[in-house]
Amino acid sequence: MIEILIVLGLPLAGSVLLAGWGSRAWAGEANSSISFLTLLAALSLTARVISLGPLLALHDLFFVDPFNVFLVALTAFVGFTTSVFSRVYMRVEQARGRLSAARLRLYHSMYQMFMFTMLLALLTNNVGILWVAMEAATLATVLLVSLYRSAASIEAAWKYFILCGVGIAQALFGTILLYLAAEKVLGAGGTALLWTHLHAVRDQLEPTVLSLAFVFLLVGYGTKVGLVPLHNWLPDAHAEGPTPISAVLSGLLLNVALYAVVRNKVLVDGALGTHLAGNLMMGFGLLSVTVAALFLSRQQDVKRLFAYSSIEHMGIITFAFGMGGAVASFAGLLHMTAHSLTKSAIFFAVGHAAQKTGTQIIDRIRGLIHTSPAVGWGLMLGGIAILGVPPFGVFASEFLILTTAMRTQPWATPILLAALGVAFAAIFGKLQAMVLGETTAQRLPHPPALFPVFVHLGLVLLLGLYIPPYLAEWYRAAARMIG
Amino acid sequence: MSNQLINLMAALLLLIAFAMVSQRRILRLIYLFAAQGFVLSMNTVIVAVATKQPHLYASALITLGLKVIALPWLLHRLIDRLNVRWDVETLINIPTTMLVGILLVILSFNLALPISQLAGTITRGTLGIAMASVLLSLLMMITRRKAVPQVIGFLSLENGLFFAATSATYGMPMVVELGIALDVLVGTFIFGIFFFQIRETFDSLDIHHLEKLKDRG
Repeated sequence: MIEILIVLGLPLAGSVLLAGWGSRAWAGEANSSISFLTLLAALSLTARVISLGPLLALHDLFFVDPFNVFLVALTAFVGFTTSVFSRVYMRVEQARGRLSAARLRLYHSMYQMFMFTMLLALLTNNVGILWVAMEAATLATVLLVSLYRSAASIEAAWKYFILCGVGIAQALFGTILLYLAAEKVLGAGGTALLWTHLHAVRDQLEPTVLSLAFVFLLVGYGTKVGLVPLHNWLPDAHAEGPTPISAVLSGLLLNVALYAVVRNKVLVDGALGTHLAGNLMMGFGLLSVTVAALFLSRQQDVKRLFAYSSIEHMGIITFAFGMGGAVASFAGLLHMTAHSLTKSAIFFAVGHAAQKTGTQIIDRIRGLIHTSPAVGWGLMLGGIAILGVPPFGVFASEFLILTTAMRTQPWATPILLAALGVAFAAIFGKLQAMVLGETTAQRLPHPPALFPVFVHLGLVLLLGLYIPPYLAEWYRAAARMIG
Repeated sequence: MSNQLINLMAALLLLIAFAMVSQRRILRLIYLFAAQGFVLSMNTVIVAVATKQPHLYASALITLGLKVIALPWLLHRLIDRLNVRWDVETLINIPTTMLVGILLVILSFNLALPISQLAGTITRGTLGIAMASVLLSLLMMITRRKAVPQVIGFLSLENGLFFAATSATYGMPMVVELGIALDVLVGTFIFGIFFFQIRETFDSLDIHHLEKLKDRG
């Protein structure tokens, strides 16, 4: 109970604090410390849920169950490691005169605000508040995308704002329709939007309304997941904003948006008793994997490249949840974790690489391994991990997803395999040239923060070799619930 | 009685939505947006009286404060400071746009029909109109080339959704409605900041400047 309030209160208070003092010399440290305390609180919440089971708090407004508890821990963890990376990254940007004091205040304050909205979206039991938190996450990050005020970054932020705003409005309409159906069963008032209550009566909800509601919810939240053809904002926003923001957008926002889709899918499946929601998700998932894989080889900007790779992986996860069943949902959760850790590690390495070479253009980033072996190796290992090479965790989850697809959806397997092959060829070739080759890199005014890169990659490696029993138990419990 | 009043409000809303699609002056667009908010708020009051749902009075008050006073005032200040108060947009082919709009209305009535029959509320006939005004706002966003009208389109889209919520379900729970109102308010502030950023960078509020980022492949 109290842990939930601390987990939510810390980033909110941090946002207010850093709005005032976010440009001081110690602001980066303060940002990391707040994130660290949030992580501790999230871990103690997790420990409590492991020992005592699911919990409901504050008149059922908040809840923690096997599905969201690991996402809370993951979100707080990536939030902390990104803040460690951001401390050094932003210091370099400041030393190069790319940021004024006011923008640094905005950055630090909104970083914490973004963490607050992510944790609120995960912890709230009210699907209406879930929508409010997702919209607030856009509001918190949109000014960060345009932080450098270049023409390209303003365009990217405007696109992000309009497309995600219109998209998320569809999700609001879906939520209204859901409420319309729920009100019949649960009566008017606050409780008809509480997920646990909806879940209890899910087989009594009106099927026609819910199937229409799910289409709107999938399109709405799917825009934020970056599903093709609603993905247009994603590569621009990732490429033009500061790299720590690219890392949290890819590592956290996409996950949480998909979480919102899956939460609603559970209700719709219960009401419909058909596979409509799953089929829709498989369709969007496959389309995203294929289109993203084809776009990968055309990319010239390293951050755009990995943004398209995020679309591809969110497509794989959406496909896995769409297939449903214990193994596929398990694999989907594992892939969510592994992708989030790997992709943020890659963005940390890419951020330093771009700072060292002064460019994000792939053709101009060459020979990282000669000047800074750690950045080069970080990028290389991260790239190999995201491409699904064993023994990293991404391999384990992709393997599970592919084998399940062979059994239950054989028609989809060749498409998935071909897309993964195309993605491998595209990314690996570019990666090799950036890491090896003749060097163009220079020294940074501050030593790069590579500790988070290797912690993340170590964890992904661990997930590939050995999943700790309590984590596997969580995944299984959550997979049972998702169905 | 209240049924007819609600239908009247719904008809007014649709009329305003069409007026917004074809309005070329930014200032009048803001007045239309305020009028839309006013109709919305009156509609909520009528539903509140008819159904004796006390929380709807609060909801009507929030709508009045936010959409009739705060947002129009904010937009008004913005266009004054941006000096685009008297801007006239050249809209291509208003008759065609209107025809597309009429098609959208027919489409949304058809879409809403099965759901309207399920909604037991006194306002169920109006769900189609709510959907129509959402789609008309989208149409407006697509046809506009300037940043300010596009944002007004976005805000009126939210109005349409709000109308859907009151007509289909007697309004969302209070805590959700407050959250949505806060998001809309903060969103409008951020749009305001953007107008200045866009103008500073491109010397104009024309959004065709914002179509350069492609996959430069």
